[in-house]
Amino acid sequence: MARTEAKKDVVIVGLGWTGSILGIELAREGLEVLALERGPDRYTVPDFRYPDVIDELKFGIRFGFMQKPRNSTVTIRRDLQETALPYRQLGSFLPGDGVGGAGIHWNGQNWRAMENEFTLRSYVEQNFGAEIIPEDMTIQDWGVTYAELEPFFDRFEHVLGISGQAGNVNGQIIEGGNPFEAPRSRDFPLPPLPNTYDSVLFAEAARAMGYHPFPRPAANASAAWTNEYGMQLGPCNFCGFCERYGCLNYSKASPQTCILDALRRMPNFSYRTNSEVLRVDLAEDRQTATGVTYWDEEAQEEVFQPADIVLLCAYQLHNVHLMLLSGIGEPYNPVTGEGVTGKNYAYQMNGGTTLFFKDKHFNPFVASGANGLSIDDFAINQIDFAAEGFIGGSYITAGVANGQPIRGIGLPRGTPSWGEEWKTAVADWYGHSMSIGSHGSNMAYRDCYLDLDPTYTDRHGRPLMRMTFNWKPNDIRMTQFMRSKIEPIAESMNPDIWQSSYKAEGAQYDVRPYQTTHNVGGAIMGDDPNTSAVNRYLQAWGQHNVFSIGASAFPQNIQYNPTGVVGALAYWAAEAIRKDYLPNPRPLV
Amino acid sequence: MITFLRILTGLVLLGLLVLAAILFVPVQRTPALAALPEDYTPPEGAGEYAMRLADCEACHTAEGGTPFAGGRKIESPLGTIYSTNITPDEETGIGRYSLDEFRAALYDGIRQDGAHLYPAMPYANYRKLSEEDVRALYAFFMEEVEPVSNSGPQTALPFPFSQRWGIRTWKWAALGEPGELSSTGDALYDRGAYLVEGPGHCGACHSPRNLVMGEAGYTAADGDFLMGGEIDGWTAPPLRGPDSAIRRWSADDLKLFLASGRNNHAGVNGEMQLVVRDSLQFYSSEDLDAVVAYLRALADSEEEPRPADPPRTLDRLRDEIGGTGAVATGAVGTDTGGTAGTREVGETEAVLTAAEPGMALGPRLYLDNCNACHFVDGLGADQVFPELDSNSLVNAPSAAGLIDTILHGAELPSTSLRPYSLRMPGFAQRLTDEEVAELATFLRSAWSNGAEAVTTADVTARRDQAEERAAAE
Repeated sequence: MARTEAKKDVVIVGLGWTGSILGIELAREGLEVLALERGPDRYTVPDFRYPDVIDELKFGIRFGFMQKPRNSTVTIRRDLQETALPYRQLGSFLPGDGVGGAGIHWNGQNWRAMENEFTLRSYVEQNFGAEIIPEDMTIQDWGVTYAELEPFFDRFEHVLGISGQAGNVNGQIIEGGNPFEAPRSRDFPLPPLPNTYDSVLFAEAARAMGYHPFPRPAANASAAWTNEYGMQLGPCNFCGFCERYGCLNYSKASPQTCILDALRRMPNFSYRTNSEVLRVDLAEDRQTATGVTYWDEEAQEEVFQPADIVLLCAYQLHNVHLMLLSGIGEPYNPVTGEGVTGKNYAYQMNGGTTLFFKDKHFNPFVASGANGLSIDDFAINQIDFAAEGFIGGSYITAGVANGQPIRGIGLPRGTPSWGEEWKTAVADWYGHSMSIGSHGSNMAYRDCYLDLDPTYTDRHGRPLMRMTFNWKPNDIRMTQFMRSKIEPIAESMNPDIWQSSYKAEGAQYDVRPYQTTHNVGGAIMGDDPNTSAVNRYLQAWGQHNVFSIGASAFPQNIQYNPTGVVGALAYWAAEAIRKDYLPNPRPLV
Repeated sequence: MITFLRILTGLVLLGLLVLAAILFVPVQRTPALAALPEDYTPPEGAGEYAMRLADCEACHTAEGGTPFAGGRKIESPLGTIYSTNITPDEETGIGRYSLDEFRAALYDGIRQDGAHLYPAMPYANYRKLSEEDVRALYAFFMEEVEPVSNSGPQTALPFPFSQRWGIRTWKWAALGEPGELSSTGDALYDRGAYLVEGPGHCGACHSPRNLVMGEAGYTAADGDFLMGGEIDGWTAPPLRGPDSAIRRWSADDLKLFLASGRNNHAGVNGEMQLVVRDSLQFYSSEDLDAVVAYLRALADSEEEPRPADPPRTLDRLRDEIGGTGAVATGAVGTDTGGTAGTREVGETEAVLTAAEPGMALGPRLYLDNCNACHFVDGLGADQVFPELDSNSLVNAPSAAGLIDTILHGAELPSTSLRPYSLRMPGFAQRLTDEEVAELATFLRSAWSNGAEAVTTADVTARRDQAEERAAAE
């Protein structure tokens, strides 16, 4: 028998970046806000305290801050014919767990998307013709434009204290920044991080070839910062333990460093940890939600939490899963192309070239998650899709993001993974390698989607979500194009050895090696209820008091790391709820 | 011989008379300092504000307990004192106190039953409270606070301190005049003097104690006033004089510190953390300005001129590697990196930067444990990581505060201006007593610091005390 808790104005599912943002913005409106977080609470001290947190085995290899597949996972298959199997060991992607969510264990790469990424289908059709879009490619416009989101990008960057160098302020191109970026209304809050040696070498080579290197926008503070909530960051010390770790130094922007203590002070905000939301409960007419039902781990019972507004702020996969389980939006059918929930799951197409130099010392223990220099000369707005035969783009970059001794060692291909030869190779090459990476877009396709698995269930008896995903020729052509641009840069740097790793024709999605935790789509935003799951304000088309906020709203993946866009969308949705929805609750479109 | 016996007898008789007087002459309760009408009603919110000014909550609330219900453990030189219940509960609180009895508790340290309060209650300072604030406090505690029945643990000091009548003699020797305040006639200064000397009771910790353990001065005219004291083994830093760290701070620095517990130089620590949490962050901006004006005037009245603020290096990372951080101007972490910009590099910084394998244990421990936040120049980062160079806790006459902070860490209070409870982790599990002593000794002699060395025994004593207290909880 479920217990029922006192009604709240707003219930938030998940207390990571988006939950924290929506929480503080709506609590400031005076609403009674409750966040439900399925994982534990986390504070910098004691949870990320020095030196306990820089335990690579515990957190880097054994994923101490990640969800445990035994508690929560998906099944995966590569096409409609395969039988999906559970993702039983974390590999390809690493959903976070606990208060702060993935916002604690990211590297801190905080990008805006390009203008044309928000109107991608229109952009392609107008500039190259609809006929270049492959038949099975289901890319869409977002229903929101870059210009509309600009103030929210700006706000998010200032909440996070992003270190960077503007390249385009209100149309004026700034030397040293990214000349191809969309116009921003002002510079970054903090100056760029200092550069590691590898990125300096890369930038010199790139510049010699006529490209335009600029510092990566980093959520690793280059100096002390106090944001609009009075929350604070201290300067990064380049310890090299960003990705997979909570920051021990108050330097990486996270819900903890940027929002949570300000939010915890508010008497009308509360949160409950170890509380996993099982479903959104709908009214009898299914036009609104009445609240959510969650599993109280401590009490070992289901709890009904009534609320006037339900905000899905969980990780992308879980937002979609909850919508599928709760009957929010019609489930997508890949055969007919009808339905919306689960549609357009997309990922990220990355590749890279590693360079080995006998006589150069890169001191890779000096690292910061997002430091480095990049070029956008082959960005999605710089490529003639018709001429090159693909739709998409990448940024190309070098920088030492990972200073961890176990995972951070680059070795020449063919080196055994253990034994004497491995030891010799480590002695020879540790500190002598660097990488140039491409981080690229991934388009959406008719048969890349999410639905409920017919066979497997989770510990609560709910069907697992099934992911159907594979690499497609368009995106493989894109990454091979990037290879053709990166390898000449690498060669010009005269390494002793270099080797490339890019998806090649026929590449199949492999869930075992880590690729990226940039899962997107499945509850996509758009202008049309027949082709999108949420409207341009991230409001469910069918249940106006349900909003699904996060990367689940991306209709296809951008060429950048998604957090910057996720943050901007969160502030955009928060403003729509505050100014438009609260005075008159209704479908906003 | 007979003469001697007579004198002795006389002295004994006199002593008995005095004792009888102490014991049996009724206590005098100081009357109101100003006559207010019987039906005077404090303005809306004045009661709670006066309570914040006087910081009643910090002491009269147990850790995690109901506000004002008492039971907080206060370690005093006399022994452990438990604060009392000051909710209006008639049996266990102050519900039956008349206004005059309430005022007498504030002014004279006299309980309703005439017993003397231990001077952990700062009536030596509260006796300067204006009648308006006394009325406001009385109205607040009688009308706005919910009664809570809580007798709490009772204070039971060992003999002779268990004899409360002895406090009466102490009061004769230790207390100043009621309502006596510094004044220059400047409204801001005078308000600041009232807040600091009166309700803020800063002198209770920040003034040294005289021979009878009274505060060595109660106004600016007293040379020892606010010249630094001690609380629970920690040094309460001087707020004036050549050793006062705040003399180097700007007015804005000082105001931000009071309001948020942090500024570009320091983070609040020890018992002062509670003062910011429960009291100072609630001071109005105008009252903080007054406190700042008064404290700065006090510091400026010294003969030595105020030292200039040291140059700030906001952009630390860039400064340390040299160059601008733009493309190809040197890289962090390689031999191609630059020098430490244009700053002058002192001996400590040179040792820490060189990081020779054979370096002494103290600086090595600093690099391994402290440098990530506080940096080789010991200047930390604005409002986040306190400066250790010229830090009053580091250089304090008593190293107890520094040792405790290394062992157990520190936490800034969450304030409306700066909500983040930034925490420094403790190193008790990681460092031995010998290592803590080496590290503390290094810190006390690094950069421009100059304080006595710390011994392993000092550290062991502090660790033992903390463990005993934890075990007693």
